[in-house]
Amino acid sequence: MSTLARTRSVAAAVAWRGIHNAFTNPAFLLPSILFPLFFFIAFAGGLSGLQHAPNFEYAAGYTAFQFGFVCIQAAAFGGVFTGFAIAADFELGFARRLMLAAPNHGGIVIGYMLAAMARAAVVLAVVLVAGLVSGMDILGSVADMVALLALALAVNAISTLWSCGIAMRLRTMQAGPVMQMPIFILMFLAPVYVPLTLIAGWVQTVASYNPVTAMLEASRGFIAGEPTKVGIVAVCLVAMFAFSAYWARGGLRSAEAAG
Amino acid sequence: MSAASIARSGTLGQIGLLAGRSALHAIRTPAQLIFPIVFPLVLLAVNTSGLDAATQLRGFPTESYLDFALAVPFMQGALFAALNGGQDLARDIEHGFMDRLALTPMSGTALLVGQLGGALFTGILSAFIYLFVGLAIGAGIAAGAGGALVLIVLAVTICMAFACFGTFVALRAGSGQAVQGFFPLFFVMLFLSSAFFPRDLIEQDWFRTVATYNPVSYMVEGIRSLVITGWDAGALWPAFAISAGVIAVFLALSARALKTRLLRT
Repeated sequence: MSTLARTRSVAAAVAWRGIHNAFTNPAFLLPSILFPLFFFIAFAGGLSGLQHAPNFEYAAGYTAFQFGFVCIQAAAFGGVFTGFAIAADFELGFARRLMLAAPNHGGIVIGYMLAAMARAAVVLAVVLVAGLVSGMDILGSVADMVALLALALAVNAISTLWSCGIAMRLRTMQAGPVMQMPIFILMFLAPVYVPLTLIAGWVQTVASYNPVTAMLEASRGFIAGEPTKVGIVAVCLVAMFAFSAYWARGGLRSAEAAG
Repeated sequence: MSAASIARSGTLGQIGLLAGRSALHAIRTPAQLIFPIVFPLVLLAVNTSGLDAATQLRGFPTESYLDFALAVPFMQGALFAALNGGQDLARDIEHGFMDRLALTPMSGTALLVGQLGGALFTGILSAFIYLFVGLAIGAGIAAGAGGALVLIVLAVTICMAFACFGTFVALRAGSGQAVQGFFPLFFVMLFLSSAFFPRDLIEQDWFRTVATYNPVSYMVEGIRSLVITGWDAGALWPAFAISAGVIAVFLALSARALKTRLLRT
């Protein structure tokens, strides 16, 4: 069996287990659905008056504006939830047995990532249905929506690799805050409630350099049918993916060394 | 301390002993003290910038979103204090400390009220820090120095209201996980209130209705009134009345739950 075939086989097995666990145990799936759904309802419902603020310009309306944020947030936190699952696998001893049995350890990380992406796709579908039921306007084409899905899945993959790197280094559920806090801070130091130009003070300066800002603007651009900053986002995603993959690889080495 | 000296110390002394222990635990666990204080301030900073555009809307009650949002950290701090207090009590139950206390002459009232000492300590400390930081970064208290004092009293009362709820859950369930499980409910109640946007400017009817029936809205509006309006009895009395009501109800329920738990011992 070639290295590629071994990697594929391990990745498929780990992904299948992750997907099976997620979809047969509501305690695993529900938080990842309810969390973004709640933010969507709370922000789109409670803050929609913001669309009447001077210079707030977004053609698809405030619900769609928040949908753009929730897509990226759901994808990012989906990766964090997968990190929790990896840490739990280590605490329960499953991950160590898995590493003894698997002929290729890189496949384990890829498997976790594929499972996270499958789960994120379902969460995004649920949030989309909630948005459409609440009367959200989507002005983008099918191609724009596919691009939005690709963007969200790429964010999910990056977040999973980041969380995986931490989970494999610390190998405890107590590492949860270390996984989610940086992502939470990056998400909220971006134009969450209003466009970048309407943010005041130092947060606007930070948000201007935050790659999540470009991702949110791209995601909202796809929904409004006016793709924007696609090139910048692609570069950011490639760079962040390379960094997080390197980070996850370091975590894997650490877990291997720990035995 | 021996059983005889506990018996001699009287209920107030016993409350002091347990409250001191509870407060000391909060001080010795930096994670319990720092996170509930720092996290709401970080969110305040982010939301003040992110939602500043709201002040340009017609009918927005103030020109500074910082003034409007200053009430939110007090609420979040109260939620964290309640969560930590409930978890501490649940841990005491799980580890058998409550069972050992039940074998001493300590009164039920002292057990209950003393356990709230940690939450009270965190609530007072965080309320002063939020007020100090708010003033330092440019917020003003429309009700003046007296209003600031009432604000602290109201914030601590709200903190105790949430703490009594946390105590009830801990006594009923006897597990830290159960207390933790209620935290999202508090979080949902805060977000589905008028914490981030004035009720009369909320466009979605269903959201405005939920916020109107949500008691957290009135707690937030009570604190906010002192910051942006001045002395507004119409906003203050519902905040105090709801908080006092929650304290009374959940303290009574907690007393019952404690009796049941001690009977099991």
